[in-house]
Amino acid sequence: MKRRAFLSLLGAGGAACLLGQSAQAAGPKEFPGYPGSFGVLFDATRCIGCRRCEAGCNQVNGLPAPPEPFDDLSVLDKQRRTNAKTYTIVNRYDNIPGAAGPVFRKNQCQHCLEPACASSCFVRAFTKTPQGAVTWDASVCVGCRYCMIACPFDIPTFEYWEPLSPRIMKCTMCWPQITTGKLTVPGCVGACPVEALVYGKRADLLRIARGRFAAFPGRYLDHIYGEHEMGGTNWLYISGVPFKDIGLREDLGTTSAPQYTSGALAVVPIIATAWPALLVGIYAIHRRMDKVSHEEQVQAVTQAVAKAQEEAAAKLAKAKADAEADKKAAIEREVKKALEEAAKGQTEEDK
Amino acid sequence: MSTAAEMKKTWLTPFNIIVGIILLVGGFVTILRFTKGLAGVTNLTDNYPWGIWISFDLLCGVALAAGGFTTSAACYVFGLKRFHSAVRPAILTAFLGYSLVVFALHYDVGRPWRLPYPFFVQSGTTSVLFEVGLCVFLYLIVLFVEWVPSALEWLGFKKPRNVIVRMTLALTIFGVVLSTMHQSSLGALYLIAPSKLHPLWYSMFLPLFFFVSAIAAGLSMVLFEGTLSHHYLHDKMDKVYLSEHDGVTFGFAKGAAVVLVVYFFIKIVGITLDNNWHYLLTGYGAWFLFELLGFVALPAFLYAIAVRERNACLVRWAAVITVLGIILNRFNVSLVAFNWQLPPAQKYFPSWMEIAISVFIVTVGLLVFRFIATKMPIFYEHPDFKEHVPHEGEEEEAPEFVEHELKPHPQSLGH
Amino acid sequence: MENAFYTLHDFFVFTKGSAYILMGVILLGILGFWLFITGRDEETFIK
Repeated sequence: MKRRAFLSLLGAGGAACLLGQSAQAAGPKEFPGYPGSFGVLFDATRCIGCRRCEAGCNQVNGLPAPPEPFDDLSVLDKQRRTNAKTYTIVNRYDNIPGAAGPVFRKNQCQHCLEPACASSCFVRAFTKTPQGAVTWDASVCVGCRYCMIACPFDIPTFEYWEPLSPRIMKCTMCWPQITTGKLTVPGCVGACPVEALVYGKRADLLRIARGRFAAFPGRYLDHIYGEHEMGGTNWLYISGVPFKDIGLREDLGTTSAPQYTSGALAVVPIIATAWPALLVGIYAIHRRMDKVSHEEQVQAVTQAVAKAQEEAAAKLAKAKADAEADKKAAIEREVKKALEEAAKGQTEEDK
Repeated sequence: MSTAAEMKKTWLTPFNIIVGIILLVGGFVTILRFTKGLAGVTNLTDNYPWGIWISFDLLCGVALAAGGFTTSAACYVFGLKRFHSAVRPAILTAFLGYSLVVFALHYDVGRPWRLPYPFFVQSGTTSVLFEVGLCVFLYLIVLFVEWVPSALEWLGFKKPRNVIVRMTLALTIFGVVLSTMHQSSLGALYLIAPSKLHPLWYSMFLPLFFFVSAIAAGLSMVLFEGTLSHHYLHDKMDKVYLSEHDGVTFGFAKGAAVVLVVYFFIKIVGITLDNNWHYLLTGYGAWFLFELLGFVALPAFLYAIAVRERNACLVRWAAVITVLGIILNRFNVSLVAFNWQLPPAQKYFPSWMEIAISVFIVTVGLLVFRFIATKMPIFYEHPDFKEHVPHEGEEEEAPEFVEHELKPHPQSLGH
Repeated sequence: MENAFYTLHDFFVFTKGSAYILMGVILLGILGFWLFITGRDEETFIK
């Protein structure tokens, strides 16, 4: 466990750092995404809302059968979202201004070039594969559901009914089936009867979309949804009606998810570096101030003591001097007295 | 302590009955959670993957446990020694608070036994949640070590206790660093979802907002909890604690007032920089102003008056409003303003069982706090370990600074 | 080619991972440096 943890951290950055290779490989801080990655182009002007893609997806991924059969189109009467038993859904959008009739739109994982789920996952359970799919690894997922918070397209779903082994469920662009050769195109694409879905290299899909814009003037809005949204996605949409009218948010911007948090994360090592120094500095300053005030106190006391001692000494000296003077005077007096007495005796003798 | 007869008499108090019911219900819902899954007990949906177990137990729990690092930093780093007697209760509250946060997470995540995976199996270093988890994990250890002397004094282990006490400064500084990181990172969790959070609450300053408001929350919690402890644990408090209590109260109140004013203004700066003024006229704007004026500006003002008038009662009210305000803010960010574009019918409201688990966890915390505070030297100093004589420099400092004495003299290595 | 980053995410996995390791090194380094500069102080923080 421990060794694995260490290796995991190294894998996260240390190894290459020690080897000193990647700095140049990184080059300029622009990342083009995996060249030749695959995606799907959805054409809203072609989709007829037959739900065959849902059936195809359900079948190839071995998902549980839904309560209503896939040929029951009444489920389209209300807006649905993906859930843990459904990787993809088709919604019908009525009464769109400028549209002749209802417009249908398929929804599933957009397979972002810079996936928010991968960026937000604290065990790196999500992988952006070089083939374009964003996949999820059940063996490490803790089930924190931060990916669901982070995803701007509300795609990852959770098996809430599972007490101990709930999984995050979302479209894989049939990556497991395609890499193992079971499928050549995703299940939904293969099931579409009207070629509303095209599977191919993302770069080619962008060309195809532009080709359709040129071939059918007035049929499409001049915008490929997913070319730049949230840093770009492998799933692309073209439509004849505004994307917000078919449930695609137009306010997401082109900033990719990792960019939103990288700044805050970059501050973390700065805090780890600067804070201890700052705090020890503050501590040292007040400690120093305490010391100085303590020293001043000591000094003041010493001075006071010295002064008192001096005064006492002076007093003592004075007292001594006084005593000396007294003594001297007394001696003198005594001597004088004695002399006088002697003199007196002398005179008496002389008499 | 008491005879069997006394025990019998005191068992059936209203307090014990309520606690008993809460624990029973909590146990029942716990069983449901781990047999029927999250769907069996929560109202969580694919649109609302995080409910009150995150909003309250994690976001509020961590913010309200900020008293630990603010108090110990004030006392040991900023040299405000008169706060010394407030440190131990604050550390205990923080330690219990963080323990309960981690305990609560076991209910919320899908596979709780994998909670150490980010650190020991595979690290997702690009995730803000990794940063939060790592800091909470490390800080929990720091808090445990900071709390351990109380237990060791209770048990009478002098030597290990003295070793830890000498590490106080290093532990405090490490605690402040970790707290700064994860308190702010809890706000940074939402940076990745600008399209889901209402613009009035979303800001590039979210981490700063969370950090600054957590300091206010921590200070207010120390004040609030001091009041409660005074009421219920008065007989456990020693003279030092009681004599310092007023100084602590007004000192913290002054600090909280300043922090709240700073918080108020940086929120305004946030609106200004994103030019979100026009949102203030919407319904969400009214709710935002309710939070900002009623639960930030008002308590700041009340604290200021209370400090000027030396009014301890008003300090308590301001503390309560601040604590409620922080809870409101965390709920707003994580639930109310989150998914603001969803139709109201799809918005989340907690089930009674989710609330029951949150109440259960808070109750467990209170019981453990009461047990520890009545048994161990928290509000008083253990007579055998009297370190602290008020108004004198403290001795329990800085382990790393002694080490050099053990090293050979530099000159002996010089040539 | 093996170490080239095609996505910003991969780049951040690398850099943030390095930063976390560096952070540990920095914390220990600062502590060591502090011990070094205070090594000959007669007056220590211990009274």
